Amino acid sequence: MEVPILKQGEFLIATFQAALSDADLENLRRGLVHQVVKFRSRGVIVDVTAMDVMDSFASRTLREIAHMIRLRGAETVIVGIQPEVAFAMVQLGLTLEGVATALDLEEGLAYLIEKFKNID
Amino acid sequence: MSAGEIRVVINSDQDIVFARQRGRVLATQLGFSAVDSTLIATAISELARNILAYAQKGEITLRAVQGSSRKGILVVASDDGPGIPDIRQALRDGFSTSGGLGIGLPGVRRLMDEFEIKSRPGRGTTVTVKKWKQ
Repeated sequence: MEVPILKQGEFLIATFQAALSDADLENLRRGLVHQVVKFRSRGVIVDVTAMDVMDSFASRTLREIAHMIRLRGAETVIVGIQPEVAFAMVQLGLTLEGVATALDLEEGLAYLIEKFKNID
Repeated sequence: MSAGEIRVVINSDQDIVFARQRGRVLATQLGFSAVDSTLIATAISELARNILAYAQKGEITLRAVQGSSRKGILVVASDDGPGIPDIRQALRDGFSTSGGLGIGLPGVRRLMDEFEIKSRPGRGTTVTVKKWKQ
């Protein structure tokens, strides 16, 4: 299952589907990093609203995506982690340390815009 | 065993997704809350992941169980892999030999109500977990 990546000005938006396999997540990681380079994007929003399970592999992949993109000088924000998913992640000890999160797409965009406002 | 047993063969990363989806459906059918169904699905995902990482293949079975006063769900993850030489060590937070995050078994234990593991080196591992409806 392919994750669609949308280009919105300086930002990229990737929307996760419910049932992503490890291979899908790895493809997404590759695709996102590639597109950040190609479009010289400054920010990436990963929307995980539809994800009903965030296990160790998915969390690790998200963290890796954010860190790789940061090395390119861009910023990643994960949006839409569902309350049940957040609860399970905490029980498992998964923290997404060092990765920005926001409630939804709108707040994620606001976060990125604010972040890059003073740089231009 | 009236609701029947669901058996999912774990052989690829797609099977992890399939197993946790089946688990969520069963948990929801049994009347578990959205939070508990997510905890159960996440535990199944980690158990299936362990099978793939350590034994390459195995299976997950799911079924309803009836306690003295409440219903629950039983998940059994079994494989014929190399087994775990030191179970106590495998249950410690932060321990992993697969290059993973080391949250596997202790994490699963926290997500569920009951946890039992049997393993014999060279013979395989069986992890049995239960969660009871609140």
